[in-house]
Amino acid sequence: MTALPVGIWQPVRLTIELAAITTVILLIIGTPIAWWLARSKARWKEAVATLVAMPLVLPPTVLGFYLLLLLGPSGPGGALAGLWGARTLAFTFEGLVIGSVVYSIPFVVQPIRNAFVAMGERPMEAAATLRASPRRAFWTVAAPLARPGFLTGAVLGFAHTVGEFGVVLMIGGNIPGETKVLSVAIYDFVETSQWYEASILAAGMVVFAFVVILAMMLIEKRVARVGL
Amino acid sequence: MTEASAKSITAAFRGMLGKFALDASFSVPATGVTGLFGPSGCGKTTVLRCIAGLQRLDGFCAIDGDVWQDGDAFRPPHVRPIGYVFQEASLFPHLSVRRNLLYGAPRGKEPTQSDAIAFDEVLDLLGLTSLVERAPQNLSGGERQRVAIGRALLSQPKLLLMDEPLSALDRLTKDEILPFLERLHERMSLPVIYVTHDMSEIERLADHLVLMRAGSVIGAGPLSALPAYGILTVRVDGGRLLAPSTQARPGERRRLRIAASDVSLASTPPQGSTILNVLPARIVSHTASGPHEITVVLTLGHDHAGQRLLARITRRSWEQLGFADGAPVYAQVKGVSLARK
Repeated sequence: MTALPVGIWQPVRLTIELAAITTVILLIIGTPIAWWLARSKARWKEAVATLVAMPLVLPPTVLGFYLLLLLGPSGPGGALAGLWGARTLAFTFEGLVIGSVVYSIPFVVQPIRNAFVAMGERPMEAAATLRASPRRAFWTVAAPLARPGFLTGAVLGFAHTVGEFGVVLMIGGNIPGETKVLSVAIYDFVETSQWYEASILAAGMVVFAFVVILAMMLIEKRVARVGL
Repeated sequence: MTEASAKSITAAFRGMLGKFALDASFSVPATGVTGLFGPSGCGKTTVLRCIAGLQRLDGFCAIDGDVWQDGDAFRPPHVRPIGYVFQEASLFPHLSVRRNLLYGAPRGKEPTQSDAIAFDEVLDLLGLTSLVERAPQNLSGGERQRVAIGRALLSQPKLLLMDEPLSALDRLTKDEILPFLERLHERMSLPVIYVTHDMSEIERLADHLVLMRAGSVIGAGPLSALPAYGILTVRVDGGRLLAPSTQARPGERRRLRIAASDVSLASTPPQGSTILNVLPARIVSHTASGPHEITVVLTLGHDHAGQRLLARITRRSWEQLGFADGAPVYAQVKGVSLARK
C-alpha cells in the first residue's frame, strides 16, 4: 500500500476543526433561539423562524456574497478585524467560522426546536409546581428531555459544515492551513488533475456521509424506543 | 373587593378563554378536601391552573392570608407552596421513581420525620415502597399517578391541587387509587382542591364543594349543604344516591321513589355515562312481567344486606348479558325522587 499523498491531511484537519468550532458555537447560540421559537407566543416568531431557515434555500453564493460584504474591509467584519490590526475577516479562518455558523444554523436550531416542541409545556409546568425555578427546570428537565434534539442538531450542524463549498469559495478562498477545507481541496485536486488525491477525499466523504446518516437513524430509533 | 382572611382559600378570576368568559370566585375553608365540580369544559381546570400560577388571568388569589395574586402582583408558580397533580401523571421520564419523588423535596433529600411530610410516610401511604428504584416507563397507569401524588406531597406543599387525577384511568385503576386518596385525606391535614366531573369522587372525598357551570361558580359550601344547589346525597343501605331536591335537611329520614323502569343493569361498571347514580348490586330474584320484560329484584351493595331495588329490563338484555340470580351487577338509576311528606 502506498503512503497517503501529502496535502491531504491538512484540509481534513482544518475541516474538522472548523466544523467542531462551528458546532459548539451553534449549540450555544442555537439553544436559546430554539427555546424561544418553541415557546414564544410572539406573532413575529415565524418571521424569525423564516430568517433562521433562509440558508436552507438561498444559494451558497448569495449567502457568500453578503457575507463577503459583511466581513470585508469596508463592512463591520473589517472594523472588527481592525481591533487586532487585521484589515478584513474575509479569507481568514475566523471569517469561515462566522460564515459556517450562518450557513449551518437551520440544521442545529430546527431539531432542537422540534425537541422542545415535542416535549410540550407539561414537564416545565410540573417542574414549576415542584419549586424549580425556570433556570433549574430548563437544566434538569427540558435539556435532558431534548437530548436527542441536541444530538441530531450537533451531528447535522457538524456534517453540513464539513460539506460546505459555495460559501467557503466566496469568503474563504483557498489558503492552505487557513481556509483550504475539504470540499475546496477536492475541487483543487480535480482542477490540477490530481485524481488519486481527489478520489481518496471524495470516498472519505461518502463514508462520512453514510456514517452520519446511519447515526441519525439510530438516534431516532433509540428515541422512539425509550419514548423520551 | 375580595379580601384575604386567615384559614381560607380565596380565589377570584376573570378573563376570556377562547370563546367563553370565565368569571369565577369563591372562598372555602383552608382545611379538608374542596371538590371543584362541574361538567367538562366549564372552566374548573382553568381556575385550578390560575391558583397554581400556571396560567394568568386577572384576579385575586390568597391562601391562609398569604396573597399570591392581586392586581399586578403575581407570584410565579415555583414560589407558591403548592403540590399539583395533573390529569396524566406527567412524571419525568428520564428520572427514576425515587428521583421523581425527590425532585421537589427541599434540598433534594428524603424528607425526614422533622418535615411535615416524611418520605417513608408517603411511600407507605401510597404503596410505593416496591417501586422506588423503577423507571416511570415500567409502571402501570395507576402506579404512575400514585408516584405523581407522592411527588407533589414530598414538595411539602401547603395546598394540594388535583386536576381530575383519576379521569385518565380506567374504572379498575380508579378503584385502586381511591382508597389511597381517602387515606391521604384521613391522615394528612393538608388542604386539597380536587377538580372532577365525577360526582362519586366528590362523595367519597370532598368536605366542601364548589359548583361550577359555564365559567362561573354557581354555589359553594360544605357538602352537607348541597341541597341548596338542587342535589341531595341520600344514604341508603348498601350505597349512596344523589337526588335532585331542595326540600330536605341533613340528617332527615326520607322515603325515596325509584321507578323500576328507571333502573337499568350492566355487567361491568359503565364508563363515561351521564347517569350520576351507578351502584354495585346483586340480583336476588327475577320474574317475568309480560312476554318481553323481566322484573329483577336487586339488593344494593355486594353483600346481601343492602336496600332492595326493582329494575325492569327486557328479556333480550337479560339473556344477552347472561344475568342470573345471585350475580353481581351495576345498577344505573336514571331517576330518583323524594316522596312527599
